[in-house]
Formats: sequence, C-alpha cells, structure tokens
Amino acid sequence: MARLTLPCDEATIRALKVGDFVELSGRMITGRDSAHHWLVKEFRQEVAPYMQGSVIYHVGPVVKKHEDGRYSFVAAGPTTSAREEPYQADVIGRYGLRGVIGKGGMGPKTLAGLKEHGAVYFHAIGGAAQVLAEAVTRVETVFQLAEFGVPEALWVIEVKDFPVVVTMDSHGNSLHAEVDAASKARLDALLGLAG
Amino acid sequence: MTATDQWTERFVEVIARASTQLAPDVVEALRRGREAEEDGSLARKALDTILANIELARGKWQPICQDTGTPLVWIHHPVGMSTRMLTQAFEEAVRQATARQLLRPNAVDPLLDKNTGNGAAPGIPTVHCEEWDDPAVEVRMMLKGGGCENVGAQYSLPNPTLKADRNLEGVKRCILDAIYKAQGKGCAPGIIGACFGGDRGSGFLESKRQLLRRLDDRNPIPELDAMEQEILAKANQLGIGPMGFGGKTTVLGVKIGYLGRLPASYFVSVSYMCWANRRAGARFSPDGGVQWLD
Repeated sequence: MARLTLPCDEATIRALKVGDFVELSGRMITGRDSAHHWLVKEFRQEVAPYMQGSVIYHVGPVVKKHEDGRYSFVAAGPTTSAREEPYQADVIGRYGLRGVIGKGGMGPKTLAGLKEHGAVYFHAIGGAAQVLAEAVTRVETVFQLAEFGVPEALWVIEVKDFPVVVTMDSHGNSLHAEVDAASKARLDALLGLAG
Repeated sequence: MTATDQWTERFVEVIARASTQLAPDVVEALRRGREAEEDGSLARKALDTILANIELARGKWQPICQDTGTPLVWIHHPVGMSTRMLTQAFEEAVRQATARQLLRPNAVDPLLDKNTGNGAAPGIPTVHCEEWDDPAVEVRMMLKGGGCENVGAQYSLPNPTLKADRNLEGVKRCILDAIYKAQGKGCAPGIIGACFGGDRGSGFLESKRQLLRRLDDRNPIPELDAMEQEILAKANQLGIGPMGFGGKTTVLGVKIGYLGRLPASYFVSVSYMCWANRRAGARFSPDGGVQWLD
C-alpha cells in the first residue's frame, strides 16, 4: 500500500494509476453539495490555502462538540460524488486541488478535469463511517458551519493513514466507466437486448 | 414520567440499535460475499473494510454510517392507544438521538434551504401506526440513507426499451435494470425492495416495507419467491461488485411485494437499500418486557 502526504505535488499524483491502494496523511478539507456551489459562485480566499495541493473530501460527518469548544468526527464515510459533477472540474482548477475523495465515482467532465489539472479521484469505502472517522485525528477549523449546518460545512481536518483506492486517474482512466460498460453488456445479454 | 416520555425513551433505544448494531443476517451475507471474492481483489478489500467497520460501530455504539438516513417506522399498537402520542414520542426520540450523535442532524428545510439541526422536519421521521388485536406494541424501523434512496427507480409498464410487458417477466426486467443503473452508487452490495402495482406513492412505500424482511427469509408466495431467487442470481452476474469496484457480490437480497393497480397503471417501484441495512425491531409487552426482533 502506497503512502501519500498531503499537500503533495503534481508528479506524485501523475504517478498514481487506477486500482492503487493509498493511505493518505496530512491536511484536507471536506465539502459536499452546498460547499461546491459556494466554491464556484466566487473565489473564496479564506479557504483557498487549505485546498491548494490537497484534496476535498465529499462527506457529511457526524460531529461532536466538546465542552472546551473542540470538535471531533464521530462518523465520517464518503457521500455520493456524482452530484458534484457539474462543479468538480472547476473547483479542482480554480483552487489547485490534487484530488477528490468520495464514493460512486464521477463522470466525463471530472475525468477530463483530472487529466488537465493533474488530479485523481480517490474512492473511500461507502458506509465505513467508523473506520474512516478513526483516521481523522484532528479537526483544525470549520467554514460555513452556521450557514450550511454540520453535514455540509467545510471542515479542515488532519488525517492519518486514511485508506482509499484510486478509481479515476490523471491519464483518462476510470474504473467506474469500465464496470458500467461491462455490466451493461451482461444486462443486455441476460435480457436478450444485445445488438 | 408521562406515557409519551416513556415511549420516547424506548424509541431512542430502538434508534440506537438501528444506527449502531447491524442485524446478524446482514453481517452473515456480507461475510459470505467476502469469501466469494478473490483474494487481493478490490471487492474483497472493500468487504474487509465494511466488516471491520461494522464491528467498530457495534463496540462503540456509534453510527455505522454517517448518513443516518430517513428514519422510517411502522408501529403496531393495541386497540385504543393514541397514534398521535406514539408519533410525537417517536419524533422526540429522533431529536434526542440526534442530540446524542446516534443520528446526524439530517433534515433540511427545502424552503429555507437550511438544516433544521435537530433531525426532524415535515415528513422526517415517517411514522406509520396500525392497530392490531395483540396487547403488545411492536416497532419495526429502518434508517434509509440518501445515497441509496437516490438510486431508487419507478417504471411504468410496458417499457419498450427493456422489452418489458405488463407481466411478471416485465417486472423482473425493470428490477434488473434498476440494479444495473444503480451501479455502486447506492453502496453496493445492496438489498432490493420492490413492489409491482399500487400507485406512484403506495408502490414506493410497499417497496420500502419489504426491506424490513430478514435476508434469509423466503417469500410465502411461490411466484414471488421464484422471482426473488432468479433476480438475486442474475444481479450477481452483472459484475458490479462491492462499491461498484467489480466483483461477484452486487446484491445481498431481493424482496418483492405487490399491491392492486388500476387498469390504466402498472408501476414497478424499486427501492435500493445500501449494505448498511439498518433495521431494528422490538416488541414491548404490557408488563414492561422488551423482546428485540431481528
């Protein structure tokens, strides 16, 4: 299993291929539906330094607020990434992201964006909220908490050995496109729809 | 303590179980799936992580998945019990479970475009009460996540693209197509609840109610049992696999029900449940005893 420290450079990301297991350590930011909309509406200077060279994690965590004001992640598996398809390539380009973590994969626009900007799609295991919350060692800060609520806020987190699989790389390969095509062929054969 | 408070306390316990303790039949099906996948494959790796996650959640009594979903509950109660009281008690239980991080604040008001912060909003949770002759109260609930809810589908027969006519063969074709279209996005390996007949609303509700069934039960109606077994076998030939990584384990179970339909309508409603099939059930006797139901 490869280890990767965030933030990282383009060459490191270009070396990754579909099917690689990677453990991520370092700082990343979370963001999902409201966050992506907010990030493309205008350039958000305040969060940009946390995104440059790092990754955005599609997650809506369960978060505990401690008495001293600290936050910690109680459950934090990935959410479906496909909803960010209209925005993701722009967000990657404008904020200098090196990757995205989510589940279910993304479409052709994002795949082209990954290739153009030198970024990858990391697939985390959907529903594995406890395994992944354990890899989140610290919550550094949070943006848009009052406006978006806990699941949709942008949380800046520190992770250690966060397990993911590369399912879309920076060379135009997508495991999701491959599995979709192969399963469509099997479905057509089962239903006698081929040809 | 008022009767409402008492029921709230009991319902919080049922919610805690649903959110943190995955039912044994689901764990067993996931283990069998893991054995079927090839050593070193992405599919097996995904199932290893899933199984480790289930045990972590069980030990810590923390949510298996951060998307704690829509709480859907069916309550059977004795004659004369107030359904309004039971509904209010369950709604309050959702708010309390949310405050204790057993549930995520998971309800958004779409008019204000704002998370309500307490887990409740119009229609969330969804409580169905039904009177019966038994003196006990039986509660069966599920937490249905948004990712899997989003890949549910409804078909209107006939469907020429699928060569699906208005018959059981046509119903099977729709269900298989829905499984293909879901790919890994509903957190495969999933469980399929389906209903044919009904209207657009009742069909989906029945498809969800089917998801309360244990994975290892058999449909008492022979035609439906045969359909369930056939679709399960064929779905697992699609090669979608856990998380859509490719593999043999695409679906863990298929459960089918039906409702009457109008001559003009023939709907097939398909609900997809993620592997984190968070069901819980309990039977509360009048003497205060609790029996947990799988």
